[in-house]
Amino acid sequence: MAERPSPNQTVFAPWTDPDAVPLIRIEGVTKRFGDFTAIDNIDLNIYRREFFALLGPSGCGKTTLMRMLAGFETPTEGRISIDEQDMAGVAPNRRAVNMMFQSYALFPHLSVWENIAFGLRRDGADKDKIAARVEEMLKLVQLERFARRKPHQISGGQRQRVALARSLAKAPKLLLLDEPLGALDKKLRQDTQFELMDIQEKTGTTFVIVTHDQEEAMTVASRVAVMDNGRIMQVATPAEIYEQPNSVYVADFIGDVNLIEGRVSSIDEGRATLDWAEGQHPITGQASGSLSKGGRATFAVRPEKLYISREEPTERTNRVWGKILDIGYLGNLSTYHVETTGGQVIKCEMINVSRIDRRDYTWDDEVWLSWSDTAGLVLPE
Amino acid sequence: MMRRLLIAVPYGWLLLLFLVPFLIVLKISLSDIALSIPPYTPTLDLSEGWAGIRDFFSALDFENFTFLTTDDLYWKAYLSSLQIALISTLLTLLVGFPIAYGMARAPVEWRPALMMLVILPFWTSFLIRVYAWIGILSNEGFLNQFLMWIGLVDEPLTILNTNIAVYVGIVYTYLPFMILPVYATLEKMDESLLEAAEDLGCTRNQAFWFVTVPLSRPGVIAGCFLVFIPALGEFVIPSLLGGSQTLMIGKVLWEEFFSNRDWPVASAVAIILLLILIVPIVLFQRNQQKQAEANS
Repeated sequence: MAERPSPNQTVFAPWTDPDAVPLIRIEGVTKRFGDFTAIDNIDLNIYRREFFALLGPSGCGKTTLMRMLAGFETPTEGRISIDEQDMAGVAPNRRAVNMMFQSYALFPHLSVWENIAFGLRRDGADKDKIAARVEEMLKLVQLERFARRKPHQISGGQRQRVALARSLAKAPKLLLLDEPLGALDKKLRQDTQFELMDIQEKTGTTFVIVTHDQEEAMTVASRVAVMDNGRIMQVATPAEIYEQPNSVYVADFIGDVNLIEGRVSSIDEGRATLDWAEGQHPITGQASGSLSKGGRATFAVRPEKLYISREEPTERTNRVWGKILDIGYLGNLSTYHVETTGGQVIKCEMINVSRIDRRDYTWDDEVWLSWSDTAGLVLPE
Repeated sequence: MMRRLLIAVPYGWLLLLFLVPFLIVLKISLSDIALSIPPYTPTLDLSEGWAGIRDFFSALDFENFTFLTTDDLYWKAYLSSLQIALISTLLTLLVGFPIAYGMARAPVEWRPALMMLVILPFWTSFLIRVYAWIGILSNEGFLNQFLMWIGLVDEPLTILNTNIAVYVGIVYTYLPFMILPVYATLEKMDESLLEAAEDLGCTRNQAFWFVTVPLSRPGVIAGCFLVFIPALGEFVIPSLLGGSQTLMIGKVLWEEFFSNRDWPVASAVAIILLLILIVPIVLFQRNQQKQAEANS
């Protein structure tokens, strides 16, 4: 039976502790390839035992940042230190860092067993120790039966686990994972995400994962860094990234969001109100960043925070009317696309709580969408 | 029906151009030398019917093969050919591997040009290229002139008409056959494998020996066979560049055939050479098959 969490159990959040010493310090790091700036003046601390995700679209610099941690690229400017040791000029083979490659990079001429033993052998450990460690790793990833097979004789999911075992065999201080689940199909990917978290917890290794899949980053990571164009847009826990995005970019990149542009009419006690269309009520949400009265701003609200109704919900702060454009029935959810003033389409997700609920909205129905004044965020342009 | 016809084409080709000539040579090797045209007996005379065929077969014997064992010229020539072929295969590998490695590591846009340079010599006749080496290696040749000009030697080195010239000729001629298969395996090697090796604690040097070399093995084996097999029976290079002491079975065969006009013995020499070559050819086939399986 699972243990009930005790109320005074401390949450793992070393980044909130000013005395905590980060395992990795990235200070003012810039990387240029010719004229192209891949990484633009990044500062970042990653703590021991963290499962840290670098998330962004392809070409955002996340892979370059990871390769700098592994030692395959050197920063043009700035400093990277791991465990209080400056990494400048330290070759990849001299770092207590291992990497799991996107292509897995398993040695095709070696068996699963020999692949896992490869790094241990280079360290010149004695035979019994190597054998014991390899068996331990095989057990960790549940591949004992496949030890003698060659990489081309096992499935993609098994190869992924061999790659993980091989990179963990030397017990690195830091494990880098480059799109580790990218080659797996969806179902296997979801199972493997939880397995990864499990293994990370068991071994206590610090993991840094690079991914473009926001769902994956949100699932596995303790903290997520959202990157764009070589910069870090936001570093926060998955929940904060989702509920408290600091910019329109982050809000739009993570999950589904309704973005409504307008003009700030008032700011009061952390609440900002936005005029956005003629004939519609102004909308209010939590103020974020530097907003000025009369300035342009964007209102961001997640579709699941919205409620759909036929009558005007006069008791709700935010309400918008419109016409149903599209309905998507997904079983657990129903999605309504509602067109409001000026062609603005707002998405609303309703959970189908009851089997015999009446879902009697249809196309072209006039409806009201409403949400509370804490449901949305007002973000600066 | 169409499929059978298509399969019949290569089979017919092999039957007509490989098996039939082989059987003719085999038959001559079992015949006796004669002063006639063709210079051997018996010849098949179908006009005498069944008795003719019986006489024909009863006249065949293994005399020529036993003769080969009585004269030590032949087995010495076989051994010497094996030695020259082995050493030149090794030399070709030593020269070819770094070239193939350099090509595979070159920027992608250079590779077609480099490949072109490897293949370019094929555009000139093989014979002319071997003659060109005579001009380079002879006592008054370019190489000796150059060496004397820079003051490295006082009198010309004797290179032409020695085994060294034969090695130079074989290495030069068969180099593309080594480079191309080795390059093919190195070129498709995933570069992240080397990074993975480094990541796991290898130096660059170790990564080369633990990853690049074992992964290039199929290409190296294929290249070695492609050089060794034709080098073993090589005739033109030793006869043009080699000296009187260069003993190679190809040369012996030629002399048997044209100088001695002893077709039956020459055919026997060829049959033994073929039997010797079957071993490496079978090994080569097996290597190719294994590689194909590993790739699938």
